Amino acid sequence: MTALLVLEGVEARYGPVRALRGVTLEVGEGEIVAVLGANGAGKTTTLRAVSGTVRRSGSIKLAGRALSGGPEAVAKAGIAHVPEGRGTFAELTVTENLRLGAYTRRGKIDADVERMAAWFPWLIERGDQQAGTLSGGEQQMLALARALMSRPRLLMLDEPSLGLAPLVVREIFRIVRELNEQEGLAVLVVEQDARIALAAAHRAYVLEVGEVAVTGTSAELRENESVRKSYLGY
Amino acid sequence: MTNFLQQVVSGLASGGIYGALALALVLIHRATGVINFAQGEMATFSTYILWTLTQNHGWPYWPALAVTLAISFAGGFGVHQLVVRPVERGSVLRVVIVTIGLLLLINGAMTWIWSGEVRSVHSPFPTRTIDMGGVAISIQDLGTIGVSIGVVILLGLFFRFTKVGLALRAAATNPAEARLVGVRVPLLLGVGWGLATMLGAIAGALTAPTVFLDPNMMQAVLIYAFAAAVLGGIDSPVGAVVGGLLLGVGLNLLGTYVNFVGADLRLPAALSVILAVLLFRPAGLFGHRVVKRV
Repeated sequence: MTALLVLEGVEARYGPVRALRGVTLEVGEGEIVAVLGANGAGKTTTLRAVSGTVRRSGSIKLAGRALSGGPEAVAKAGIAHVPEGRGTFAELTVTENLRLGAYTRRGKIDADVERMAAWFPWLIERGDQQAGTLSGGEQQMLALARALMSRPRLLMLDEPSLGLAPLVVREIFRIVRELNEQEGLAVLVVEQDARIALAAAHRAYVLEVGEVAVTGTSAELRENESVRKSYLGY
Repeated sequence: MTNFLQQVVSGLASGGIYGALALALVLIHRATGVINFAQGEMATFSTYILWTLTQNHGWPYWPALAVTLAISFAGGFGVHQLVVRPVERGSVLRVVIVTIGLLLLINGAMTWIWSGEVRSVHSPFPTRTIDMGGVAISIQDLGTIGVSIGVVILLGLFFRFTKVGLALRAAATNPAEARLVGVRVPLLLGVGWGLATMLGAIAGALTAPTVFLDPNMMQAVLIYAFAAAVLGGIDSPVGAVVGGLLLGVGLNLLGTYVNFVGADLRLPAALSVILAVLLFRPAGLFGHRVVKRV
């Protein structure tokens, strides 16, 4: 498998606090990779380091080319980041949110809106509704759809399950999985719910205090004694 | 009755100007989160450019106006990038003080470049009046109303239907998120300042023919624009325009029918509008409350 995203010795800090102490990880083309870990382990910071919303050092490459600069440049390079806590434009309508998703692209976007309607049928019906008035689950789906509008090479999801009903979470992961299987979409997902993340992902990394502690395929991690005890709870 | 209608029309004309400048204030408030105290002086500066082009260089009015608008856009963009952007992160007070500094700086610069003498600026509209059902209405007033409403509609279309307009709204309401979808936020906020300065230029060009051009020309208008923006709701573009029109008509009628108000008490009347709105309805008529489902 060819590597799409490669992180080598990535460090990041918030003021005096070192949040990442040299993280090395890889996402291949067409692969779903999960990042697991406890609160404060550096999961979210890993994604933020990639998208450039936190000060970082070390090497981050997308398809062999170094990613530098702010989030605008990273978005343009083909990475769609759905941040923690939905991240929709609450005051704008559903359709406007989708249009913004395609901001980095030129040309017509109608076909993409149609494509999103196939995945999320209610989006078109509620096109004129203010995004802030959608339910939590709907907002998360809208955030996902908006990210897909940019036709990303890599989709980054931060805690998609946060605060959502189990049924909605399953639906989101089902869509991500199908996009991966049908269109070869590469995904890097950060998730506290290890069970559901391992069910969807091909491989996973477990972070502990800013470093990779364990890595392997999802099956391997499910068998791993300490992962099972700490993150799966059985 | 005739007099009443005439007062309403001329009130709408001055209200259109207040509305245009109020809209400029609202644009910058949405983009940067502050009231731009230099908005009036920037508008006067633009009007001086128009005056220089038409009077000193003998340009015809419309090309001169187009060039003035272009220069104003660039000027507003430049002011944001060079002066406002460096202090934008951090306390709101810093930006406010910078805009007050700009007010003094631009006012001084105008006196220095063009001297304090009053100048007269042509109107693009004829000075005749037309008769509409027994009411004599000046074409100048009608033109002013038409231009301000036209500008507002154009701006509304721009924000709603263009990619840049949408990105600007995204950048103003949620900058962090906007960057993640690839919007270059500081650049877009500069565009917002440029558009606001262009609106100010239009307000200045509409004001100048009815008064005289001097460095302090827009100071009173700025107060009325504040009142209009507060009345309409400082976050609402529609509110700014409606607020401007209401205020223009209201002040005109007050001056005509309430003996002691006259021309002298127009400004205090506008200030009492600001005070009353802030006390009893802080969000204004069209004030925006974010609807959120928790």
